[in-house]
Amino acid sequence: MSPELLLATEAGKRVASPEGPPTAFDIQGLTVSYGPKPAVFSVDMGAPEGSMTAIVGPNGAGKSTLLKAALGLQPCLSGRAYAFGAPVAAMRDRIAYVPQRTSVDWDFPTRVIDVVEMGLYRQVGLLGRFRATHRKAAEAALDRVGMTDFATRQIGQLSGGQQQRVFLARALAQDADLYLLDEPFAGVDAATEKAIIAVLKGLKAENKTVVAVHHDLSTVPEYFDRVVLLNVRKIAEGPVAETFTGANLQATYGGRLAARDLSGLALAV
Amino acid sequence: MFLDALFLGLGYNASLVTLGATALGVAAGVTGTFLYLRKRSLVADAISHATLPGIALAFLAAVALGLDARNLPLLLAGSAVSAGAGLLAVQWLAVQTRLSEDAAIGAVLSVFFGFGVVLLTLIQTLDVGGQAGLEDFLLGSTAGMVRSEALLVAAGGLLALLAVVLLRRPMLMGAFDPAYAAAQGINLNRTDIAMMGLVMAVTVVGLKIVGLILIVALLIIPPVAARFWSDRADRVIVMSGAMGGAAGWIGAALSASAADLPTGPVIVLVAFAMFAVSFFLAPGRGLLAAAIRRATFRNKVHLRQGLLALAHDQPIYEALTLRLLARRNWVRADGVATEAGQVASSRARLDEERWGIVRSDPSFELAAARYDGLTPIEAVLTEDQIAEIDLALPKPEPL
Repeated sequence: MSPELLLATEAGKRVASPEGPPTAFDIQGLTVSYGPKPAVFSVDMGAPEGSMTAIVGPNGAGKSTLLKAALGLQPCLSGRAYAFGAPVAAMRDRIAYVPQRTSVDWDFPTRVIDVVEMGLYRQVGLLGRFRATHRKAAEAALDRVGMTDFATRQIGQLSGGQQQRVFLARALAQDADLYLLDEPFAGVDAATEKAIIAVLKGLKAENKTVVAVHHDLSTVPEYFDRVVLLNVRKIAEGPVAETFTGANLQATYGGRLAARDLSGLALAV
Repeated sequence: MFLDALFLGLGYNASLVTLGATALGVAAGVTGTFLYLRKRSLVADAISHATLPGIALAFLAAVALGLDARNLPLLLAGSAVSAGAGLLAVQWLAVQTRLSEDAAIGAVLSVFFGFGVVLLTLIQTLDVGGQAGLEDFLLGSTAGMVRSEALLVAAGGLLALLAVVLLRRPMLMGAFDPAYAAAQGINLNRTDIAMMGLVMAVTVVGLKIVGLILIVALLIIPPVAARFWSDRADRVIVMSGAMGGAAGWIGAALSASAADLPTGPVIVLVAFAMFAVSFFLAPGRGLLAAAIRRATFRNKVHLRQGLLALAHDQPIYEALTLRLLARRNWVRADGVATEAGQVASSRARLDEERWGIVRSDPSFELAAARYDGLTPIEAVLTEDQIAEIDLALPKPEPL
């Protein structure tokens, strides 16, 4: 499917207009299922270039699964995912993925800088030499997340927040255009949360696209400009200012949100 | 005698065996590291035991075709085929059924090995020559090893090393963070199959020297021992290869220097000795280093609490704290602080008060996160920052 066609079909409607910013990330009709009951059912969503999108929903809503299936890390029953108008598999150079911190063994014999350099393996290739420019790129990425002092530490010696920042640095080293993050703020300290959001906003300022699975409703309006409300199916999608409403959230959380949970939120009206 | 053997002075055959065992040790150590980092070391056990029926079947095929039944390349080819079948069986059981990988390994290992032993027993009853050498594949036998066999081992080991050089980046990335590796376009399935293929090659090549029962030791012990010495994967790989090679060399030399010492088992024991040394003596991760670290830490905690108690004029009853303070001449025998002790204790108190200010000031959040009751504030903040904090101290206390 060519990019022009994409804009003309249903995907085009979600972007403000065919003349609006092109779609950086586009999921169409994605369904993932391990048994008779799907984990993600027929989800369409998109993210225009230069936007910051939060994927929000209750536990077990399939937020992480949606990202993983879109990246081809998990088999899906049906559906497709595109980046910049081409299938995701053909666009891996321009996509950086930040998996959940809990997904790896932190006792692995590797230092902080080694992990960040893994973000460059695709550029370097199987036998390519690791050059000074690569090393500089890794150091710059580490600097951006404020972890330069920890470059030669074994990763197991870091706190959870520091580990998360190293994962972000690895993605930054790729110098990609689309950043897909799985729960980047889960279990991190306040200082790390600030550092990460500053980096993400910096990416947006460079017209890069950020899509993050997010669990903290209270920070959605402050951190993101778009939101996708997900509970197996997509409940709503759009700019935070229009979509992040009490009614949409109640629909997403199945009425499990008490009125007082919503009272503190900067909801759209 | 042993020294002669160590420097290849015990004749042609012994030297061949030593060089072959060294090549095998290096290849096994390097390949095994990736297996260990991917947490799939035990698969090697299934692969090695699954070689036995292949050896027996290749022997039978050679007899049926009228070939020389002791043809080593043919037997090794047979072992590779059945090892591959065993590997596929483990993979299929683990992925397609509800069996976990360890159960699948146990099932495949025992069934293939049992089948191989039955075939071997049958072969002993046949009226053909050459079956006597077959049992040597169980524990390895280097007596009468010829040049072509040693070359085969060395070539196989070298090929495995080349493949490792080619595949090291995807294999490392897949071992550390499979999800990220897959998102970067690395085909994990193919990488794993390539890794298992390498292990298979090393196993088959090692049958003649170490034997199928003990080859797994050469794949597991060197990486585990090397892990004690470094926190960097690249160094662990190199060190594991070096340890494997050294174990092969020393082990072969040891067994050549005394009559009736089996080569394979001696190599494994040498590797184990290296593991034992690493386990106890390695700095950082070794047992001794950990014990020293623990004792030092305990003393630091007690000393700090003792100083704070002195600063607040609290009595100290705890024997270890008193002993530590007395050793530094900070308290007299009756538990009263000496002059030096008063200086030290008021310094500890000042440090604690500065920390108190840092921890209650949100603008020092990052620094406050490093408070552990031991780290001196000078290690975290600059002199200027400390001077700024001191402005907030309740009342300036003369040191």
